[in-house]
Amino acid sequence: MSGEREVTEEGEAVVAAVAAVAERIEAEREHLTDLDSAIGDADHGGNMARGWAKAADAASDLEDPDPETVAKTVGKTLMSEVGGASGPLFGGSLVFAAAELDGGITAETAVAFAETYLEKVQDRGDARIGDATMVDALTPAVHTFKKSIEVDDLPPLEALAKAVDAAGRGVAFTVPVRARKGRASYLGWRSVGHQDPGATSTLFILEEVLAVSADRLDREVPDADATSPTIPDDAEAEEGR
Amino acid sequence: MTVGLVVVSHSERAAEGIVEIAAEMAGETRIEAVGGDGQGGIGTVPDDIGEALAAVAGEAAGGAEADEPPADGVVVLVDLGSAVMNAEVAIELSDVDAVIADAPVLEGAVNAAVAATDPSATLESVREQAEAAAEISKV
Repeated sequence: MSGEREVTEEGEAVVAAVAAVAERIEAEREHLTDLDSAIGDADHGGNMARGWAKAADAASDLEDPDPETVAKTVGKTLMSEVGGASGPLFGGSLVFAAAELDGGITAETAVAFAETYLEKVQDRGDARIGDATMVDALTPAVHTFKKSIEVDDLPPLEALAKAVDAAGRGVAFTVPVRARKGRASYLGWRSVGHQDPGATSTLFILEEVLAVSADRLDREVPDADATSPTIPDDAEAEEGR
Repeated sequence: MTVGLVVVSHSERAAEGIVEIAAEMAGETRIEAVGGDGQGGIGTVPDDIGEALAAVAGEAAGGAEADEPPADGVVVLVDLGSAVMNAEVAIELSDVDAVIADAPVLEGAVNAAVAATDPSATLESVREQAEAAAEISKV
């Protein structure tokens, strides 16, 4: 059980992560808009940049922030500021998953948070793996994170690094498959060959959470390969023997 | 039970227009219109939908100036895509007993308004009538 001060420190880490996400999404605004203009209505970059900027402001205005309150505040802000389906998907899911962080962030609560978030996104969007949506980035990330913590017993930062690698592979997977949900699905076969913007922004968010987590722990972002059952350093050490 | 209606559209004016039509048939049923992105643009906002639910159920702070009795349950009519998701989020975050009708928004609202005036109306019966609007044939 974390003390009050630790919870505030964790809350501040989450605030820092949100600020990093806002900065990254702003930097990728054009990129996301280009991806969306190929298969959607070209509003993902602008909508997400506006929403995350407001969310970062709202998060930094909190006094003595705890992780649950920060996540809930960010979710609510995204819900009302990001237009279209991204509001309820990114924001609504965050509002519900935030409750899992009640009392602080541990490997356990982080897994519960990730699972609830994924479940909400899947339910809300009624999307499955292979529909070429953010679910394709999120599902392998959450599964890899859970397995890395619960089965492989990896430290949380290594588990998160593997999850981010898994998300990246998921994003790549959205390119050659036909979109079955969202506006891109109206294109039918013409959606093949295009990378999904929501999966891409999901990856950017996870990359920033990883970077801020490493920074807070005074560590480098670990190299990770989601297709390997253990972290690469161990694997190499194993081979060297 | 007293059933009320909330009409959600990406356009506030569309929602208000639909409510204007449905209210003709609605007797004492409470109907709220909600829509727009809150900044004058096209979209829907879960918080606004939540406020509309509360207003129909008589829970809104200071919003209960209506003569109609507050609703025990609310049937929600929605237009497209993200309006459905935002209505779902609003319902999950709300204490109001509410369901979304899988119905065309205008025809469903009119059907639901008529169904809600039935003294034996339930949340289910009103939703069913709203959903029956999907089968209306026009020509």
